Amino acid sequence: MAQVNLKGTMTFSDEQAMLLDTATDYFRDKFPMAYVRDQMLSSSGYEQTRWDEMVALGWSGLAIPEEFGGSGLGLAAAVTIAEPMGRALAATPFLSTQLFVQGMLHGGSVDQKNAYLSQIAEGKIGTVALFEDSGGWDLTDVGVELIDGRLKGAKTFVVDAGVADWVLVSARRDGELVVVVVNKADLTGSTLEREVVIDETRRSYRLSFNGTPAAEVLGDASTALNAIRNAALLLIAAESGGGIAGVLNVVVEYLTTRTAFGKKIGGFQGLKHPTVDILIGLERTRSHVYHAASLLDAGEDAQAAIHMAKAEASDSFAFAGDRAIQFHGGFGFTWDCDAQMYLRRALWSQYSFGDAAYHRKQLAALLL
Amino acid sequence: MNELEEFREEVAAWLQQNRPAQPDFLLPETFMEVGTDSQFHFLRDWQQQVYEAGYLGMAWPKEYGGGGKPQVLQDIATQEMARLKVPFMTNTIGLNWAGPLILAIGTEEEKQKYIKRILSAEDIWCQGFSEPDNGSDLAAATTTAVRDGDEYILNGSKIWTSLGSFARYMILLAKTNPKADNRYAGLSYFLSPMDVPGIDVQPIRKLTGEYGFTQTFFTDARIPASCLMGNEGEGWQIAMKTLTFERGATGGQAGGLAMNQMSVSDVVELARRSTREGRPAIEDPLIRDQLIRFLTEEQGDRLSGVRAGIPALVSERPAAIPMSGKLRGTEHKRRLFQFALSLMGSNAARWVGDSHADRGGLWPRSYFNSFSATIGGGTSQVQANIVGERVLGLPKDQG
Repeated sequence: MAQVNLKGTMTFSDEQAMLLDTATDYFRDKFPMAYVRDQMLSSSGYEQTRWDEMVALGWSGLAIPEEFGGSGLGLAAAVTIAEPMGRALAATPFLSTQLFVQGMLHGGSVDQKNAYLSQIAEGKIGTVALFEDSGGWDLTDVGVELIDGRLKGAKTFVVDAGVADWVLVSARRDGELVVVVVNKADLTGSTLEREVVIDETRRSYRLSFNGTPAAEVLGDASTALNAIRNAALLLIAAESGGGIAGVLNVVVEYLTTRTAFGKKIGGFQGLKHPTVDILIGLERTRSHVYHAASLLDAGEDAQAAIHMAKAEASDSFAFAGDRAIQFHGGFGFTWDCDAQMYLRRALWSQYSFGDAAYHRKQLAALLL
Repeated sequence: MNELEEFREEVAAWLQQNRPAQPDFLLPETFMEVGTDSQFHFLRDWQQQVYEAGYLGMAWPKEYGGGGKPQVLQDIATQEMARLKVPFMTNTIGLNWAGPLILAIGTEEEKQKYIKRILSAEDIWCQGFSEPDNGSDLAAATTTAVRDGDEYILNGSKIWTSLGSFARYMILLAKTNPKADNRYAGLSYFLSPMDVPGIDVQPIRKLTGEYGFTQTFFTDARIPASCLMGNEGEGWQIAMKTLTFERGATGGQAGGLAMNQMSVSDVVELARRSTREGRPAIEDPLIRDQLIRFLTEEQGDRLSGVRAGIPALVSERPAAIPMSGKLRGTEHKRRLFQFALSLMGSNAARWVGDSHADRGGLWPRSYFNSFSATIGGGTSQVQANIVGERVLGLPKDQG
């Protein structure tokens, strides 16, 4: 490509604005930090009543077309939920379920969509199992095998697998990439092992398959995987944008109240200027996120925009979390300081579905 | 093809046919860098040619020399100038700040007197806001204007005056009432001539070795009282209105390309024709990573400009994007040009005038000149204070 040409499209409907408002209020009111910390100790990581509320608000079916029981508002609408959810560091099965929806929507047959999606809109939970022990992010690097309808091998970082009604699993059948549905009933005993992960609000699992049956095989694996990946990148970037906004407020609150050497520490340029850098990272992240969402919604090529959103969001959030610890001084080194919560979430997000450097490498292939 | 597309083709054809040949000296990239007579005459002639062809001031009123046409046509013409990389319009301060200001709040007489000659580049304008002892703090101006009959007597000094050596007029902020209640109320605003006794312009040699800025000294310089814009004591408000034009926060500018500054795509192009260890530099993974960082940043800032127009997406801190714009944009350029040097290997050390320097030494000069934007108009550090304090509500830092 001789000339790098990037679009500047951004659209945001009144409907999306209303969703964003509602979700911002909801997560602020229902997920205060003390509550989020309590949930870190629970087994599922969230309360069913909260999920029921979110389902009742219609959020789980936002991106499901009306013909399959959803509201047909597309992935851009899901972004307006993910951002404020990330701001509160709220852990819910929303994100995992959206990835299941996208995989099913883009890889499943009409019958399969009919069978699963309307139930998702009504509150069933889905997730995806794509990663393996190598820690790599290439979704075609798949070692799990499907032989005679049964899975062999292991998947890692399967979020919310403990509560999921269905899991989309990538596998190889005679060398060919496939995506299959595994039912909750078949994920029993030693199949399911909880992982200890850096973000304690998350529930992540290792799935060990030793003849686990696949309930369904999707028609189009690569389209499904591509859709899941793009949705993951966009929603994680949105969540990270929320996280930056959340941690920025924690920092500003401390800098405007804590006194040292006879003045409020926010007056020191050594703290003030990097805090402005956090703000700039936040603004750039949100711009990339809503741009990518707009392109996806309009059915335009959003690939570069999505990679940019994830790269910017990941690095900006990691920077914000890191500085938040430092700026709290001794208190920042403690468990009780909320800064560590954001840094943990930032690092979890950075290393989910590819870190910033990985996405810049993808961008280089597209743009240079 | 609709009318607008037809017009776009017409402008493009005219520009391609009439663009001046590359001179045998290195051209400036912005109006802040016009240092020699030959650079100035080249650029002034070009502006005059563009104006006479009807592609400048297209949306300004016809009765004052403008085109009286819809703004969209001027926007298209400006876009084509940028796309075809023709030289910029050198009378920037007149076209984009003083001109729109006069059209917005000037008297009929002022409009008749100044506007057409701004467009034709017959009258070059400069700006006298900053002073030697208070760079970014405009309200601390100490240059005085004392009323004496039909005249004001000016004393003091202004600095960092771009185009000062070539200008016929200056937009000038001076103190008329040292006893005013506050430091803002004592200021007044003048459309001052430069060619009167007692006004002395001294070129300032820049870090590049070139000229482009001047310091202007006022020693009992007498200007007609009619040069006062508005009333005495309104200087601060008028200066702030000027800054809204300067920062592009409002429309009304004459249009036309304001600078030829390079962007990430120019650096990508440089990476394509530079080599590293025998291979094109653009194949080096570290260089690719850097280029994508710059592209992501440039695109993020461009998109923020779009998002700023969507209230629901900036409701929490509506001022964050506009107030951080200068900080983000100028620091981005500085780091971009700094990086560009690294693509040329040891040839990065070649300076303007060296016969083997890439693009005549444009890259190191652009890097050095980029500091004028990270310093001028409030340094990046002052900008960061402003954003921190006004957008985030952080405490002011005092002693």
